Amino acid sequence: MDPRPDIAANRLSPECLAIRFADAHPPLTGGQAAIEADRCYFCYDAPCVEACPTGIDIPGFIRGIATGNLAGAARTILESNILGGSCARVCPTEILCEGACVRTAQEEKPVVIGALQRHATDWQMDEGTQPFPRAAETGRRIAIVGAGPAGLACAHRLALHGHTVTILDARPRPGGLNEYGIAAYKLPDDFAQHEIDFITAIGGITIQTDRMLGRDITLAELETTYDAVFLAIGQAGVRALGIAGEERDGVLNAVDFIAGLRASSTGADVPVGRRVVVIGGGNTAIDAAVQARRLGAEEVTLVYRRGAETMSATKVEQAWAQTNGVAIRYWAAPLRIDGPDGAVGSITFTRGRLLDGRPVHDQDTFTLEADMVLKAVGQLFLPDPLDRGAIAIENGRIRVDAHGRTTRRLVYAGGDCTPGADLTVVAVREGRDAAEAIHADLTTATGA
Amino acid sequence: MADLRSHFAGIRSPNPFWLASAPPTDKEYNVRRALEAGWGGVVWKTLGEDPPVVNVSSRYGAFNYNGNRLVGLNNIELITDRPLAVNLAEIKSVKRDYPDRAIVVSLMVPCVEESWKRILPLVEETGADGIELNFGCPHGMSERNMGSAVGQVPEYVEMVTRWVKQNTSMPTIVKLTPNITDIMQPATAALRGGADAVSLINTIQSVVAVDLDAMAPMPVVGGLGTHGGYCGPAVKPIALRMVGEIARNPATRGLPISGIGGISTWRDAAEFLVMGAGTLQVCTAAMHYGFRIVEDMIDGLSHWMDQKGFATIDDVTGRAIPNFVNWNQLNLKFKTLASIDQDACIKCGLCHIACEDTSHQAIAKLRVDGTRRYEVIDEECVGCNLCAHVCPVDDCITMVPQPVEGVLTWPQHPNNPARVGK
Ligand SMILES: Cc1cc2nc3c(=O)[nH]c(=O)nc-3n(C[C@H](O)[C@H](O)[C@H](O)COP(=O)(O)OP(=O)(O)OC[C@H]3O[C@@H](n4cnc5c(N)ncnc54)[C@H](O)[C@@H]3O)c2cc1C
Ligand SMILES: Cc1cc2nc3c(=O)[nH]c(=O)nc-3n(C[C@H](O)[C@H](O)[C@H](O)COP(=O)(O)O)c2cc1C
Ligand code: SF4
Repeated sequence: MDPRPDIAANRLSPECLAIRFADAHPPLTGGQAAIEADRCYFCYDAPCVEACPTGIDIPGFIRGIATGNLAGAARTILESNILGGSCARVCPTEILCEGACVRTAQEEKPVVIGALQRHATDWQMDEGTQPFPRAAETGRRIAIVGAGPAGLACAHRLALHGHTVTILDARPRPGGLNEYGIAAYKLPDDFAQHEIDFITAIGGITIQTDRMLGRDITLAELETTYDAVFLAIGQAGVRALGIAGEERDGVLNAVDFIAGLRASSTGADVPVGRRVVVIGGGNTAIDAAVQARRLGAEEVTLVYRRGAETMSATKVEQAWAQTNGVAIRYWAAPLRIDGPDGAVGSITFTRGRLLDGRPVHDQDTFTLEADMVLKAVGQLFLPDPLDRGAIAIENGRIRVDAHGRTTRRLVYAGGDCTPGADLTVVAVREGRDAAEAIHADLTTATGA
Repeated sequence: MADLRSHFAGIRSPNPFWLASAPPTDKEYNVRRALEAGWGGVVWKTLGEDPPVVNVSSRYGAFNYNGNRLVGLNNIELITDRPLAVNLAEIKSVKRDYPDRAIVVSLMVPCVEESWKRILPLVEETGADGIELNFGCPHGMSERNMGSAVGQVPEYVEMVTRWVKQNTSMPTIVKLTPNITDIMQPATAALRGGADAVSLINTIQSVVAVDLDAMAPMPVVGGLGTHGGYCGPAVKPIALRMVGEIARNPATRGLPISGIGGISTWRDAAEFLVMGAGTLQVCTAAMHYGFRIVEDMIDGLSHWMDQKGFATIDDVTGRAIPNFVNWNQLNLKFKTLASIDQDACIKCGLCHIACEDTSHQAIAKLRVDGTRRYEVIDEECVGCNLCAHVCPVDDCITMVPQPVEGVLTWPQHPNNPARVGK
């Protein structure tokens, strides 16, 4: 047997890849949407609204779908969440709106709120019109760093109020993790870019790519040129495993593996191991494992330190991985990675257990043969691009008040670089609310 | 096993389920299929004088509600558009092959005695079991002084019924129109004219929907629309009331009634029977699902009768009539209170908002440890039942009758300025 690890591109035909990376959850037809909309009870004080981080008036928009008022439905969604289209596709609705749907309590079959939201927002984007007119220009200029969901939501709300926005992003394409992080089959057909086109069509928003804060420009420079700055730089760093062999060829950060796939037009040129081991228990681990399988990996094993109940990936996501042929192994911590000539050949784990309510890994070991190891044990916010000491950092993220104000005057932040759940929809809320704070501060503060 | 055989105004059928006079009974082909499927009888699609009428293309409009299709159906069809001789020959052939079924022939001819004298012997010759006088069609035919144009004038109802009775020995059912203020007027007129039974309701005059692009009532016929006749599940409450009215009124007590209007299930059938019907006629439900719906109608009715200990249809007919009273006779001391089963509650809040916005502010909206909780405030509840109706969970909100002391009706009530004995 060839001792060299088997890592290769083009494991599957382009036709096969096209099917595997197409829309995992195709849109509802008009008829399906009508039937589903009629299942909504139009609750009063609806639990789903409270469960949506952006607080969309869900019964309100579903009624619009039920009555054939799609324009009103889309408007209701988008006035709370301008990225309602991507949220409809990527939100873990089972722990958000649909988890709270009273039909979940009644019959374990929620109204498919996400799919209905997509129905209405797709209609709006296909219309090619803008649901909200922009206010008269105020002459105020705001810089936004990071063109991910937080930055885009902030930009749209500011533009709506008549301000002029410049977004800087270090990457060659805008969109943040919508563009290079979210699983390919959740946002196929260049949806992230279409949504950006829809958002920026309101006017007053310029996006500059390949412009990196800390390399091409400083925070201080931004502050002198603009009236306010919104930081939405996400989390550029990743956690290390801290084990022997981590530097070997074939050991990759899951986010980099996914970014490579998202950057590829067909996926055909993305190398993937024959046997892949993914380490982690969150969204990223699931997405990396499933996409490795869909690229043609023969065996994919996802290994998590603790049990299923503490995994941050939801039950639905775990089941999704399993139906995609990913084996999930619980209670095992990586110990070391071995292999021939600086490459990966196997990875050894120590079994763990719960002791006095805490996980300990003190049991026997086992070894999995592997050609590729993907690390998905968490991302990290890197404060390096910010001028040293200019802004308070707390627990590894930028400290903000409830409206996104940092400790520095007229500098705001939101999304994954600030505390709170790392979800697209949460980033959207934080961007939106920071925009309202900026608008209020700029229009009411004297001499701002 | 309950005995479903029916003996109605001299017409026998193996069960009380008949197809109403309409497209399902327009031709021998359809009628044979229906009888094979198990229907107890049919009322043949209304015959008229030659030359036959002409029907339009585009005949139906639908009332769909919350994803349910054909909650109501509206039609602008007229009577049969086939030559009289063709229909008569087919009726004869069907009756010959199905001697045990009720074959009733619906008729509508101009309001002159000669016309009736001409057609009656021709029908009699087919061997049909009886006739039904269509005084109900509310569109088209009424513009030609037939159908509901006759049914709306009690004197005409009486006169034509009398002509018919004088010219035939066949059992005669008079089909009444609901497009009238007081159903007792045509019902008593029919009785005076000698009718053996009445059937009701025929369709209700309606505009079912408007096409907002064509700017015309539906169905749209070449850019124009007209009013039509409404039927299907939506009309059942109206029909039940009219049937019950005739059944309980001393003036018409004992007059056999064939109940029609929105009957789709055995349960609907049972309700019509206990409100006074002796046979049941169905149109829309068959047009929606086909003839085999009769199987469950027969089966369900029979099981229900067994459960209740009713042996025959006669045991069932009119059972609810003694309890169908005027408002005046209701006990004002009776009180019921809403009660919410907190374990079954799914926290939709619909009971709260219904009572809060539109009733008596009797359901409190609480948060207990952050969880929603809805509680009835007994002192405020008037027992209207609204909350129980809007609640989407079966048996979550029940109405609990409270102990009552005595009876107090409006005629005795102190608030009644005209109270008895004042
Ligand atoms: C693999 C993966 C899968 C995920 N799947 C889901 C999912 O299914 N559902 C869900 O709700 N959430 C998911 N998430 C989380 C979600 O993507 C994030 O919470 C969300 O994108 C955060 O938005 P953001 O705008 O704060 O940051 P990001 O989307 O990370 O955007 C930050 C932007 O800032 C730019 N930037 C960074 N540093 C600089 C700098 N110095 N100068 C200029 N620009 C800079 C980056 O290039 C990037 O474009 C996933 C995350 C990952 C990693
Ligand atoms: C398309 C159509 C045509 C009808 N034609 C007649 C008719 O020719 N004669 C008649 O007496 N009633 C006619 N009716 C009325 C039905 O016999 C019946 O009274 C009415 O539809 C109510 O019953 P349902 O709710 O079960 O449909 C017609 C109904 C429909 C839908
Ligand atoms: S029965 Fe009527 S008054 Fe009583 S709680 Fe329900 S809705 Fe309110």
